[in-house]
Amino acid sequence: MTTTNLQRPVRAPGRSQGIEDNPAIPVRVIKGVVLVLCCVVVIVPFIGVISTSIASQAHVTNSGGFVLWPDGINLDSYRTIFNGGVVLRALGVSFVITIGGTLISLVGSTMLAYALSRPGSFGQRPMLMIVLFSLLFSPGLIPNYLVVKQFGLLDSLLALILPTAISGFNVIILRAFFMGIPDSVVDSARIDGAGDFRIFWSIVLPLSRAVLAVIGLFYAVGYWNAFFSAMLYISDTAKWPLQLVLRTYVVNNTELSSGDLGGAGADQLPPQESIQMAILVVSLVPILIVYPFLQRHFAKGMLTGAVKG
Amino acid sequence: MARTDGILSPQADKSTHIDQAGATGSGPPGPSATGRSSPPTGKPSLSWWARARRDKVLLLMAVPGLGLLLAFHYLPLLGNLIAFQEYLPFVPMGRSAWVGLDNFAVIFNGDAEFLNALKNTVLITLVQVVFVLPAPIALALLLNSLLSERIKRVVQSVLYLPHFLSWVIVIAIFQQILGGSGLINNVLRSQGIETIDFLGNPDSFIALLTSQVIWKDTGWGTILFLAALTQIDPGLYEAARVDGASRLRQLWHVTVPGIRGLIILLLILRLGDSLTVGFEQIILQQNLVGRPASEVLDTYVYNNGVLAGQWGVSAAVGLVKGLVAVVLVIGANKIAHVFGEAGVYRKS
Repeated sequence: MTTTNLQRPVRAPGRSQGIEDNPAIPVRVIKGVVLVLCCVVVIVPFIGVISTSIASQAHVTNSGGFVLWPDGINLDSYRTIFNGGVVLRALGVSFVITIGGTLISLVGSTMLAYALSRPGSFGQRPMLMIVLFSLLFSPGLIPNYLVVKQFGLLDSLLALILPTAISGFNVIILRAFFMGIPDSVVDSARIDGAGDFRIFWSIVLPLSRAVLAVIGLFYAVGYWNAFFSAMLYISDTAKWPLQLVLRTYVVNNTELSSGDLGGAGADQLPPQESIQMAILVVSLVPILIVYPFLQRHFAKGMLTGAVKG
Repeated sequence: MARTDGILSPQADKSTHIDQAGATGSGPPGPSATGRSSPPTGKPSLSWWARARRDKVLLLMAVPGLGLLLAFHYLPLLGNLIAFQEYLPFVPMGRSAWVGLDNFAVIFNGDAEFLNALKNTVLITLVQVVFVLPAPIALALLLNSLLSERIKRVVQSVLYLPHFLSWVIVIAIFQQILGGSGLINNVLRSQGIETIDFLGNPDSFIALLTSQVIWKDTGWGTILFLAALTQIDPGLYEAARVDGASRLRQLWHVTVPGIRGLIILLLILRLGDSLTVGFEQIILQQNLVGRPASEVLDTYVYNNGVLAGQWGVSAAVGLVKGLVAVVLVIGANKIAHVFGEAGVYRKS
């Protein structure tokens, strides 16, 4: 392997770096096998989950509760959960939390980040310190619980939003981005008589659409996935978000009765396994929908905070 | 998520902060009391009151975000006071009896349950540093060595996905594969082989946790390393090749030094977090393996405090844990400076 090293052709343009390519055949085969294995380990469970949710009752029973490839498409379990009851209600709650929370987070974070991004503004240093120090520690579970309780937020959906609404990291990333907007743009608006808020709203935000989308999705995924805060603060099952329903009926395997499902199919429910997997798919779908966008912009967005400034 | 998302930003921000502070001293004096021009406006020649009035809109804009941060990040620090109280949920905090350091007795006297939680926590951290940290490095090197950009992108799209799933989903998926009626045990059963209890076996619990973390976050973890790898000067590889370095030696003498700073940074962050291990992940699976094998400090605080009502004791454990964590981050950063690495933040 080493002897051929010197005769390798010059690196093709477009390839930026790295140890020289074109290794010996066995090495290439091993690499390929490893990568394919990695992908299989990630993808196969998803295929199984979807298959189980749409497989026929007989097939689910015969294969012991988990179907790797369905014999046909049977949407009974989806019909059952969308008929009403806990799952549908939890889906609504999750959407409310995610959309409402993301809006609150974005408004709070962008305005704070903008206030911290104007050079030489009043009180910037102490305010920035407050944001930075919040990254250094987390307050701990019991004190958090006490504060939420003192504010009277127990059993309120706001308890799932407000405590995590502002992420110091995201504020810092937004601030770095805002600071990168050329001064001339801001100055010309000021000369035209625009005030600070006007500049923020009509100049800075429209210029920051990409980073706003990335940060907004950061927040949205966080709200959608939040599970423990709901377990801690929400005891009223009518206000359960989807993740908590998922834990109760899928992870802990509590049986779903037709009463839980709004009286659907009282005579015969689809197999529990199929309903469980259908709930899992329903909680996955929003993530899968935004995923292509996340994937494209996240790596970039995540590094902007680092590169800028 | 939050942790890796911002890994590089505090450092970057420090530098901007310093630049800006440096620039403020030398700029020309501000033009007027009403128009703050954007290039830093020199020494605050205005009184603080005039500056506050000039920036009142900015200050108002900061209020909601800052208020939320103060209310839910700083105000809870006061809640730690119950660590020194005999706290009962139905008695207001102000009227609970003060008991000094009584609640800290579990820590100082070495209560068996607490020690077990501490032991599990440290053990899990050690195992994860050894197995979880190198995984994305290996994967990043593998991806980086691929010839085809297209294959690389496809593989990345697949492997990043699990990062965005909640722990509830990840564990539900693991149950479908490893559970009693899961994929693997179904196969074993159909072959007439005895089934394996992957999820309820206390002895293999740490292995289970670790494999879940690897499954969820290895792909995502490669992003930072891939970015670091692109920063390495290709000329170094060229030079190493001219000197006759084999592929392995290039890896060792060029690639590894190129990403060493990042590895140390991640080690520091993990060290600062060493008393925090997958809380949601463990809480979700605790009833299957039982508390002795799975109790860590965070679940101890939850189980003993919120569920069993020992609020004061749990707050005490949480408080000590938080303090130790801050000390660990600062200490680890010091060590990094000693070794000449940038660490998380630099002294300015």
